[in-house]
Amino acid sequence: MRYIPNTDADCRRMLDAIGVKSVENLFADIPAAVRLKRPLRIPPALSEADLVKHLRALAARNADADRYSSFLGAGCYNHFSPAIIGHLISRGEFLTAYTPYQPEISQGTLQAMYEYQTLICQLTGMEVSNASMYEGASATAEGILMAHRVTGRDEVVVLRSVHPEYRQVTRTYAQQINLTFHEVGFTPAGTADLKAIKAALTDRAACLVVQNPNFFGVVEDLAELGEAAHAVGALLVVAVPEPVSLGLLKPPGECGADIVTGEGQALGVPMSFGGPYLGFFATQEKFIRQMPGRLVGATEDREGRTGYVLTLATREQHIRREKATSNICTSEALIALIATIYMETLGKNGLREVALQNLRKAAYAKERLAKVRGCGLRFSGPTFNEFVVQVKRKPGDVLKGLLRKQIIGGLDLGQFYPELKDSLLVCVTEQNSRQEIDALAKTMGGGR
Amino acid sequence: MSGQTVGTRGLVFNEPLIFEQGSPGRVGYSLPASDVPEKKAERLIPKKLLRDDIPGFPEVSEVDVVRHFTRMSQWNYGIDLGFYPLGSCTMKYNPRLNEDMARLPGFARAHPYQPEAVSQGALQLLWELEQYLAEICGMDRVSLQPSAGAHGELTGIMLIRAYHTSKGNPRKKILIPDSAHGTNPASSAVCGYQVIPVKSGSRGVVEPQAVAEVMDDEVAGIMLTNPNTLGIFEDHIVEIAKIVHGKGGQVYCDGANLNAFVGIARPGDMGIDVIQLNVHKTFSTPHGGGGPGAGPVAMKRHLAPFSPVPTVEKKGNQFALNYGLPKSIGKVRSFYGSFGVLLRAYTYIRTLGPTGLRRAAEVAVINANYILTQLKGAYHLPYDRYCKHECVFDDALQIPDNVKTLDIAKRLMDYGFHPPTIYFPLIVHGALMIEPTETESKETLDQFIAAMQAIAKEAKENGDLVRNAPHNPRVSRMDETRAARQPNLRWKPKPSGS
Ligand SMILES: Cc1ncc(COP(=O)(O)O)c(C=O)c1O
Repeated sequence: MRYIPNTDADCRRMLDAIGVKSVENLFADIPAAVRLKRPLRIPPALSEADLVKHLRALAARNADADRYSSFLGAGCYNHFSPAIIGHLISRGEFLTAYTPYQPEISQGTLQAMYEYQTLICQLTGMEVSNASMYEGASATAEGILMAHRVTGRDEVVVLRSVHPEYRQVTRTYAQQINLTFHEVGFTPAGTADLKAIKAALTDRAACLVVQNPNFFGVVEDLAELGEAAHAVGALLVVAVPEPVSLGLLKPPGECGADIVTGEGQALGVPMSFGGPYLGFFATQEKFIRQMPGRLVGATEDREGRTGYVLTLATREQHIRREKATSNICTSEALIALIATIYMETLGKNGLREVALQNLRKAAYAKERLAKVRGCGLRFSGPTFNEFVVQVKRKPGDVLKGLLRKQIIGGLDLGQFYPELKDSLLVCVTEQNSRQEIDALAKTMGGGR
Repeated sequence: MSGQTVGTRGLVFNEPLIFEQGSPGRVGYSLPASDVPEKKAERLIPKKLLRDDIPGFPEVSEVDVVRHFTRMSQWNYGIDLGFYPLGSCTMKYNPRLNEDMARLPGFARAHPYQPEAVSQGALQLLWELEQYLAEICGMDRVSLQPSAGAHGELTGIMLIRAYHTSKGNPRKKILIPDSAHGTNPASSAVCGYQVIPVKSGSRGVVEPQAVAEVMDDEVAGIMLTNPNTLGIFEDHIVEIAKIVHGKGGQVYCDGANLNAFVGIARPGDMGIDVIQLNVHKTFSTPHGGGGPGAGPVAMKRHLAPFSPVPTVEKKGNQFALNYGLPKSIGKVRSFYGSFGVLLRAYTYIRTLGPTGLRRAAEVAVINANYILTQLKGAYHLPYDRYCKHECVFDDALQIPDNVKTLDIAKRLMDYGFHPPTIYFPLIVHGALMIEPTETESKETLDQFIAAMQAIAKEAKENGDLVRNAPHNPRVSRMDETRAARQPNLRWKPKPSGS
């Protein structure tokens, strides 16, 4: 076996040194009654060459964004990722290291994490960021748990324009400790319904949870939502599943956000059929000790050289056990490294330009689709790179027709919103050419 | 230290933060020319909702970025460089084939919401992986959704809570041995449970009597790690499960240490109801400096109705996502799990097959016992008996010379090794927890053993050398107190004028 260097002869010598007859002796403490007396029923080993063939065949049975033109977003975005990312994260020193518990020989990971924390702060306009969480939905759930710890309150107000899966995950977490969940609808413009929000917010509310741009792609006016939350002493939690938008949009930190959570996949991370992704989590300095997850801080070594360490660990499970701010341990260091390299490579101007291209291409697609027979725009609010199209035919049938032309046309919203079962969520990124958009419009209009 | 040691010095570079590099207008990217009307952002989104700039964001070239991260990478230790015997973390070799397979466009460029009809390859892979993991664990169903070990624990405890709730009472307490990993009590607490510690006995295992004493009908279940964090198999597991089940409780197993007995015994045959697997340990996916991992949860039939949605089902030759579980706990993350990590685990399992997996467990145990017997004498062994995949020493023989576990760990770096896990499990004062894994050769183990013996000698003869270690890395010991007292968690521009 090519991953196991020791031969039978090596093992024999080691068993002799240990002082046992056979490896069986080392398993003598496992009661005979629970020993497996047959080989595992899984397929026999494959050679490297055969396995590559097998996996290529499986991969070929999936659509991919190279062979199809895809207009799917909804929490996972098809952005371009520079070639250097794959090369740099494949360096064994990053790829095959553990969590940096030994700082003297982990400075590469630690400095990258410190840069990541800084970039997330700059992007969101917040004061502190942790070093990563699992992904956007569970990061948002952790945001709510933190709001509950900070305020001591048991109610959560969540907008229905927050990603349905984020709401579902958040509810799963909140139910464990019996937090009450209130969901508030949206206006005909697709924006937050301020009046309904104010009615739902009471002095029992720990937080108001909004998404920006929201699930329908609509850009919210966060400042007025922040004021509404703060008026009753609740925190504003802003979820950002599409952080490329922050190349253009006012950062939540400048709009009264107390906690910003989100999904870093858009920052150069492969779509990979749903994961691994990157949860980000940022907040105000005054809440540091209530934060979940790892934090990297700058310090000095014995000779006064700058270096980085994991710090404020007294919040974490390995020190505080059941009193920890979260149970999280392994998080998403390598994915955060992808996002770090992506943000640094694109930089100040690149991220803005990508965001602008997304905005313009989506605006173009919106205009085109609005003119297509049997299609209309569902909401009137301003949008970033996603928007909702209302269709006369069944959305499922529309999508099937598109798929025959190698176009993945968007998301059928009926599965999440009964009132939107005549609508599609369409996403357009810098990866979609004008030609593709035109083909989408033509096909949706019944053109051939 | 002789010239023959593995570790030595090399040329490494200083490299400032990216924020202190570059110049305005420098770029590292190239975007396609715009092929749609170039409208101003303000015409599409109200100006008050827009920003002008991202203050502080870098402006560097592609070359700058490549050199930046390549230099930083050289400050890291990784399995690719050498022996990484971090106990409880199963730092085995991470096959590069797995990386290549995860990057195939049909996987890496597939969207989770694309139609099932054009996702059959991905769904088949998930379905098959579930079958393999169920068989390896002796369980009925597996949810692949959780993102890491602790996330799997949390999901497992949620399942237990949902199970009890369906019977009318979620119950209040979870029993956890004092040797458990911190995530166990923390995961229980996130589910609102009170944690009741159970003391390990003198043999290093949980004694049935200790469980019976605290088990009552307000206890939702017990969380056991097997083999436990001392690397010792919990040989009373069957009896303990009987006691817990007898009072209506559930048995959770922290499966982080499954590498010790894959193919030799199965958790499901020991009375365990639910277990999480750390595929970034047992199934060789890289740790990446702290993730991504995946923590599939394997469960017995009676817990399956509560499983997170969706599950993957096979109907004829077709694979489909199933959201129709009315009693489901819901979802613990978006989409279906860390697909790219699960794919690596699948690739690993198909590479080893049943014979290879069993051999991996056997050799992991031989390697650990080899270290245990060879270091006995030089270091104190608090539980003097054969171990499974890892062994735990302490610093009792070095303390009289004023050398602690931390010093031994740091000194190992000079010899070219990553230190073992230290100060865990908490029940061993000054623990040194060594897990070699099966992917290390006898020669490597011999070098490590020689280094450990040399350090034991140094501790007696030249304590300062050990106390001031490490000497070879680019930086020496860090001032962690200062990091915590004056948190500096992000770069900030120097105030202008200074
Ligand atoms: C025994 C044990 N349980 C649970 C965990 C948590 O797993 P993860 O880090 O994947 O969340 C670990 C790993 O750190 C562990 O060693």
